[in-house]
Amino acid sequence: MSVTRPLAAFVAALALVSASWSAALAQKKYDTGASDTEIKIGNIMPYSGAASAYGVIGKTEEAYFRKINAEGGINGRKITFISYDDAYTPPKTVEQARKLVESDEVLIIFNSLGTPPNSAIQKYMNQKKVPQLFVATGATKWNDPKEYPWTMGWQPNYQSESIIYAKYILKNKPNAKIAVLYQNDDYGKDYLKGFKDGLGAKAASMIVAEDSYEVTEPTIDSHIVRLKASGADVFFNITTPKFAAQAIKKNAELDWHPLHFLNNVSSSIGSVIKPAGFEAAQGIISSQYLKDPTDPQWKTDKGMIAWNEFLDKYYPDANRADASVMYAYTVAQGLEHVLRACGDNLTRENIMKQAASLRDLELGGLLPGIKANTSATDFAPLSQLQLMRFKGETWDRFGEILSGDVGG
Amino acid sequence: MSAAEEIVTEAPAVEAVPKRAMTLGYGTSLVVLAALILIPLFVKNFIIFQMTMLLIYALAVMALNILTGGSGQFSLGQSAFYAVGAYTSAILMEHAGMNYALTLPIAGIVCFGFGFLFGQPALRLSGVYLALATFALATAMPQLLKLGYFEHWTGGVQGLVVTKPDAPFGLPMSQDMWLYYFTLAVSIGIYLASVNLLRSRSGRAFMAIRDNEIAASAMGVDVALYKTLAFGVSAGITGVAGGLGAIAVQFVAPDGYTIQLAISLFLGMVVGGVGWLPGSIVGSAFIIFVPNIAEGISKGLSGAVFGVLLFLVIFLVPHGARQIAIIAQQLAAKFKKN
Repeated sequence: MSVTRPLAAFVAALALVSASWSAALAQKKYDTGASDTEIKIGNIMPYSGAASAYGVIGKTEEAYFRKINAEGGINGRKITFISYDDAYTPPKTVEQARKLVESDEVLIIFNSLGTPPNSAIQKYMNQKKVPQLFVATGATKWNDPKEYPWTMGWQPNYQSESIIYAKYILKNKPNAKIAVLYQNDDYGKDYLKGFKDGLGAKAASMIVAEDSYEVTEPTIDSHIVRLKASGADVFFNITTPKFAAQAIKKNAELDWHPLHFLNNVSSSIGSVIKPAGFEAAQGIISSQYLKDPTDPQWKTDKGMIAWNEFLDKYYPDANRADASVMYAYTVAQGLEHVLRACGDNLTRENIMKQAASLRDLELGGLLPGIKANTSATDFAPLSQLQLMRFKGETWDRFGEILSGDVGG
Repeated sequence: MSAAEEIVTEAPAVEAVPKRAMTLGYGTSLVVLAALILIPLFVKNFIIFQMTMLLIYALAVMALNILTGGSGQFSLGQSAFYAVGAYTSAILMEHAGMNYALTLPIAGIVCFGFGFLFGQPALRLSGVYLALATFALATAMPQLLKLGYFEHWTGGVQGLVVTKPDAPFGLPMSQDMWLYYFTLAVSIGIYLASVNLLRSRSGRAFMAIRDNEIAASAMGVDVALYKTLAFGVSAGITGVAGGLGAIAVQFVAPDGYTIQLAISLFLGMVVGGVGWLPGSIVGSAFIIFVPNIAEGISKGLSGAVFGVLLFLVIFLVPHGARQIAIIAQQLAAKFKKN
């Protein structure tokens, strides 16, 4: 045995160690808000004010990141989730976004809620080059990577959903007389625009009645009476849960049975259909991309079981009939996926790059067959929906998975 | 009993404040001014932005203070004037390409006219009835801004994005800092003008109306004119504040100007001390920072915590910051004597 052999082995080992060390050094890259031990994520929610029902989204996300941290974090880094209240008022959103970026120094702002609040900070976020990732609004304008490369949406946008309904009507009921009821805000108007675009040249002749209501009205009964009087045989119901339940009930009371399309914002069985009465809801058509936790068909589903286990352990007081809880769980999983994909390169640029390269990502809360996809030119992760018809006590999905990508 | 008699027998809603007590002494004013000028040099841009908002809301609170503390009229409709000012500035800047500084006087004039006209029918009302009429205005405003008829100009529900101005003459200053000093200059100008207004003949007329309408008219004060004038001035200043707010926030949308804002301003006035102009900045600080503090204490109960804090303030110092200032003054006097 010669003396040189252990020496050679030592040198080789040293070379190997230093090589991997320098490689590790080269790989680790951070922007403000990320380090070896933590990733700071900012978030803005309406915990108070008119839209405070959505605050549950922030609470669910906070619970989900607690779960991630309890399970060891993301690539060894803990998530610090800082969520502020903006009461759904744009000036407050700007203040909170600036606080997050300049004072708390977060890496990204994730899933901030509402179209007006997000519009208010979009320019600022893009000037600062801080990702405004997976915003919680269905407006169409978030898919605009050319103009706003630091802003990305998440859910299928309102316009593509109503285009799907319009196509269905053109195909199955070309001579329909349509009545539309919509909420008088950005959300309602976005749906209406998509619907008219989908009907194309026939929109003017097919839509016989159009009525809007304010979110502050206590009841929409009088609107339904007016729409019935128009003699329409198709009803497109663009309302939020409370009003959707009222509309379904009122339709039954008035004995008006048009072909009823209900936007997926209000397709929850627990918070809309059940209060309105199963009998009144038979035959309603809607569409969905998330699993409805109150729908018995998912009782033994793997994704749903995991969701229930998560809530049992980390957010036991959650209202499981609230569609927002499932929504928040899924979008938090989406972020988890992106952060894991970033590895040790936690720069803002790499986060946008990874978020823009989702390939057929399937998550536990999404309907079977619905996948998140993005690219450098497509900043709309979820753009697929499946039509469904209410039958008995559950949604009966039918037809294939449809997609209606619309650019901003 | 006629309405006029009712008013006479009622205890005055707003306590009479002598006009000298409406302002700060020279020394204190200079200290506050120095602080306002120097602090931004040492803090982050975010804090500067918050200070800008502080000044803007202080202006709006002061405008309400002139109306309520000066002429004794209540208004829950200030958010409507604020919105009109904000939209006037935003539309002129984005659609007409006008310089931001020029849009402010226009916003002020438009709101003055608006407030003056609104003051005409409001004349017939007083006390809580006037508060309700202005409340109606505040509730209607966000919906009016959403109307399809104006959508080409207002951007409808989507609102309008406003470009933030750079510092002029190549000054080595961030946009935030420039906007802060710009706002500060405008605020000081308006503050001085308001103080002078209240010390003038018109100011005395306002206060006479506040203290006793019938006595004022007996002395030859044109009650109708001065009441509407107070409305106009208040609305005009609120409009300038709204315009500045639109530039600082870089965005206007109907949801930013709901009744919530009007109530916040009203709250700011009460906390700052009704009829005490320097209190406006304290009231403004209250409505900006206390919700943040409440949120820091408990996220789920932030509204309740805010309520408790507000209750404490009203319970302990019912006259707001003015009371604290008076106590401080008395303490200082005692200290000097000893």
